[in-house]
Amino acid sequence: MKIHEYQAMSLFTQYGIEIVPSQLAESVNDVASIAKKLGGKVVVKSQVLVGGRGKAGGIKLAKSVEEAVQHAGKIFGMKIKNIPVEKVLVAQAVTILKEYYVGITIDRTTKTVVFVASASGGVDIEELAVNQPEKIQKLYVQAPQLPDPSALDAFLKKAFVTPKLFEQAKTTFLKLYKLFLEKECSLVEINPYAQLDNEMLVAADAKINFDDNGLYKNPDIEALRNPEEYSDGEIAAREAGLSFVSLDGDIGCIVNGAGLAMATMDIIKLYGGAPANFLDVGGSSNPEKVLNALRIILSNKKVKGVLINIFGGITRCDDIANGIMLALKKLDIRVPLVVRLVGTNEAAGKKILEDAGYVVASEMTDAVKKVIKECA
Amino acid sequence: MSILVDKSTKVIVQGITGRDGSFHTKGMLEYGTSVVGGVTPGKGGEEVHGVPVFNSVQEAKKNTGADCSVIYVPARFASAALKEAAEAGMELIVCITEGVPVLEMMEIYHLVKKKGLRLIGPNCPGIISPGKCKIGIMPGHIHKQGAVGVISRSGTLTYEVVYNLTINNMGQSTCIGIGGDPIIGTGYIDLLDLFEKDNQTDAVVLIGEIGGEDEELAAEHIKKNITKPVVSFISGRTAPPGKRMGHAGAIISGGKGTAEAKVAAFKDAQVPVVDTPDQIPALLRELLRSVQK
Repeated sequence: MKIHEYQAMSLFTQYGIEIVPSQLAESVNDVASIAKKLGGKVVVKSQVLVGGRGKAGGIKLAKSVEEAVQHAGKIFGMKIKNIPVEKVLVAQAVTILKEYYVGITIDRTTKTVVFVASASGGVDIEELAVNQPEKIQKLYVQAPQLPDPSALDAFLKKAFVTPKLFEQAKTTFLKLYKLFLEKECSLVEINPYAQLDNEMLVAADAKINFDDNGLYKNPDIEALRNPEEYSDGEIAAREAGLSFVSLDGDIGCIVNGAGLAMATMDIIKLYGGAPANFLDVGGSSNPEKVLNALRIILSNKKVKGVLINIFGGITRCDDIANGIMLALKKLDIRVPLVVRLVGTNEAAGKKILEDAGYVVASEMTDAVKKVIKECA
Repeated sequence: MSILVDKSTKVIVQGITGRDGSFHTKGMLEYGTSVVGGVTPGKGGEEVHGVPVFNSVQEAKKNTGADCSVIYVPARFASAALKEAAEAGMELIVCITEGVPVLEMMEIYHLVKKKGLRLIGPNCPGIISPGKCKIGIMPGHIHKQGAVGVISRSGTLTYEVVYNLTINNMGQSTCIGIGGDPIIGTGYIDLLDLFEKDNQTDAVVLIGEIGGEDEELAAEHIKKNITKPVVSFISGRTAPPGKRMGHAGAIISGGKGTAEAKVAAFKDAQVPVVDTPDQIPALLRELLRSVQK
């Protein structure tokens, strides 16, 4: 799960990490009063859960309250990667002498937590990681243990060269790590970690992602979930216990299992179609799940046809067929349905649908070609 | 032979009295797996499908001589169950449970490694050596004994591949679902090495997906160390970046974990990557024929 910068800043404050003074605004009027309070010279930052805000014009420096209001007027109502800006963070404009990067994430290969630091922070950190990896320092830590003190010192010294910078970075890393472990994060990141005059370091941005599987332990974090990150379909799917991601195409997909669901999307694309969604109905085969899945998919007006691709393992094909029959009764299904059933109770499932006049495919490729043809 | 499990494997089921544990215990017994015991704290002395239940893994191991434990307990208790299995020294631990927090898995991974044990999963369908032993949730009847090894991060997609192999009369030596999470006990490389040494296995199908760089590392390993033919399929070629595709591990982030990078790595290692699972049998047959020449 991702959260906004302002939410992450508030968690930083909770953990005693120094941040640039800032406050959330939900209207232009809010921006005016906050900018005034912060001394007029501020940065207005759109709060959207996608990267590249700055490059899209969603972050603007203002030299006065008036200018802040002007920028805010443009930023509110702006769309960044199709997401409308509804909130902005108004942060005091500080003079940054140097931008550092600090972050903590999971390293899948070594199965450890990795501390990452660089004396060349800023917007192009990802390019730097590819082109000049020697400028990025890493320290692998076997969580939940604390890092080895001398290894931590050696790691930090490569990026933070003066004793004052070093001490601040060390404190920050230990606090970030505490936050990372306690709140079950998958990423915490400060970029830029800004050096002001007097060698002061502060967080001028904040990014935190959480491990979805750990959210149940932290209701305070779950409460930060932002509905605008998800499409209506995604929200309805979560409530129905389905794994769902909205995509741009016109072929709705209902599949059991994430790997097979991705493969189904890929094969649709391969034969010239475009999937409207990723949807994994999961392992249990409650007929209600099929009904809910169809309801969510059909609420997307772009959908011209639906492919149901089931490989029955735990999922029983007859349950899926019963779910489809239930949906046919309860929903107004205005588009063609193509069904492929294989595996557990396949014969029984096929019989239910064939008795109702449906043709059921056995091969995935055949079913994909058929749904594309129906949607053309 | 086959790898990891065969007729001699003695299995205990952690969470045997739960809905999933009990259901799949029945499935494993019907397949012919030697399920010798189950574990549910506080329910020692009971029986599930004729299998004796014990209060702890230690007790179950002592009384049954089991060398493998399969875990079906809910996500919130899975890492405690994993820890118990590792502390009891179960040589092979298979964790089916989905939804175990990553940081908990990290600790378990290193514990299992320190003890010199093997963990498969979590969030996986399990292991099957067709005709010999099934440990997990896969439908046994789609499998057929034979010479193809299968390694996959997915569940139903593995069934899809196995089904295509079986209907084309290509049996399998062992099929392993390694799991769809960011941190898993055993990856491709260890299993490729086991298949390379296994005299029943003539070729391997490797089913990957977006996220992480395990496929790239596997490709590098195949180039240097694997002589048997390997064919691959990668799912998630059309997945958008930043969106988790069901599996916790299937996410493209920070420009890493793309299907393109994985396909390119396999091509570089001369491992053909098919576009659809139904292309696998013919391609494997062709590769096996050219090896024999």
